Amino acid sequence: MEWSDREAATEACKGNQYAFRVLVERHSHALFRLAFRMTGNEQDAEDLVQDTFIRAYRQLHRFDSRASFSTWLYRICANRALDLLRARKVRKEYQPAQNDEGPGWLETVAANDPSPERLAHSRQLADLLPSALENLTELERAAFVLRHYEGFDIQQVSEALGVKASAAKQSIFRAVQKLRRALRPAWEARA
Amino acid sequence: MVHLQEEDLVEAYYDPERETLHKHLAVCAECRDRFEQLKQALDACAEYTIPERSASYGAEVWAQLAPHLPMAKPRRTWLHWWMLGPVFAGLLILAFLTGRFTQEPETGIPAKTRDRVLLMAISDHLERSQIVLTELSHAAPDDSAAISRERDRARDLVDENRLLRLSARRLCDTANAVLLDDLGRLLLDVANAPANSAPNVSQETLRAVQDRLEDNSLLFKVRITAADAKKKGQRL
Repeated sequence: MEWSDREAATEACKGNQYAFRVLVERHSHALFRLAFRMTGNEQDAEDLVQDTFIRAYRQLHRFDSRASFSTWLYRICANRALDLLRARKVRKEYQPAQNDEGPGWLETVAANDPSPERLAHSRQLADLLPSALENLTELERAAFVLRHYEGFDIQQVSEALGVKASAAKQSIFRAVQKLRRALRPAWEARA
Repeated sequence: MVHLQEEDLVEAYYDPERETLHKHLAVCAECRDRFEQLKQALDACAEYTIPERSASYGAEVWAQLAPHLPMAKPRRTWLHWWMLGPVFAGLLILAFLTGRFTQEPETGIPAKTRDRVLLMAISDHLERSQIVLTELSHAAPDDSAAISRERDRARDLVDENRLLRLSARRLCDTANAVLLDDLGRLLLDVANAPANSAPNVSQETLRAVQDRLEDNSLLFKVRITAADAKKKGQRL
């Protein structure tokens, strides 16, 4: 019988190695996605995943089994990402346009309308997006990623990042404004 | 018609259950147009490409992680709970003896409490020293009995002064340590003054003490530091 997250967390808390391994293998991919969106850097994201699991293991006794384990894990990861972003300015090493592995963002967007104009527009957006995200402040980026990609509501974002709900809301709003401004050239060129 | 603010549009984008906002968008073409522009921009962000991880990524993470986790060790069959009795007893004795023979008075005491205790002790000591110094300072130059009247009180204060000076040095409280050093030397001279000396010798000793008190403003420093230490100690 397969353990639920809560059961595995309870078992891991008792010192069961296998239970924690189940949790690690189950959540690594999702956690990597979150970490990458937060940092924009592959190596940082991998380090963040490791760090998150180590911290989660040490704090397992604090996990409230009535809550969602993945949300709890995401909170730890988001918090660590925020620390990381604050500690050093992350230089983006990952370039989506040079990615050879499978269909990327560019192809996905272009799929519905593969006209040359649309392709050019998508390429321009693909070029603008990473730097647009990088130009957000650490808090704006973290709040935006949690809201936009992970579907956290304002309350969850504020709890995850340890800020007031109003600050979380403002950070998301400012992030959206900045992103729109940064991506505007792509829309104007298309028009 | 009051149009939606930019923040409302962002809320509407992320929260389809905000009925008021969506009702407005249904009837207001201008806001709907602005909303569509916002939606286009945010939708474009949704497909931010993430580098692929292999299917075995979770196992790889575990392999790297496992050595860093303090896992529970397998139970040893030869170790029984009743064998731990003598071990605990031994540890208890060892802990007692360590405490008995180690001169670390601060062990186990929170830093704040330790500082407060030291400050209050210094304040109390300086207040009592102040009485001795004031008596000596105000004594008439020809009062040959002044030194001998304060000798016993000075003797009592000398040992206490030494302990406090050592504590202050150990806790890197240099200012108090220096003052206690000066005070200690003077108290020692008073305590060691000859008991049955001739009146002129006693008067000379008194004059020397009074000169020292005046030269380095010791009485003033003692008074200020006593008040200061008391205030700080009460604040902690």
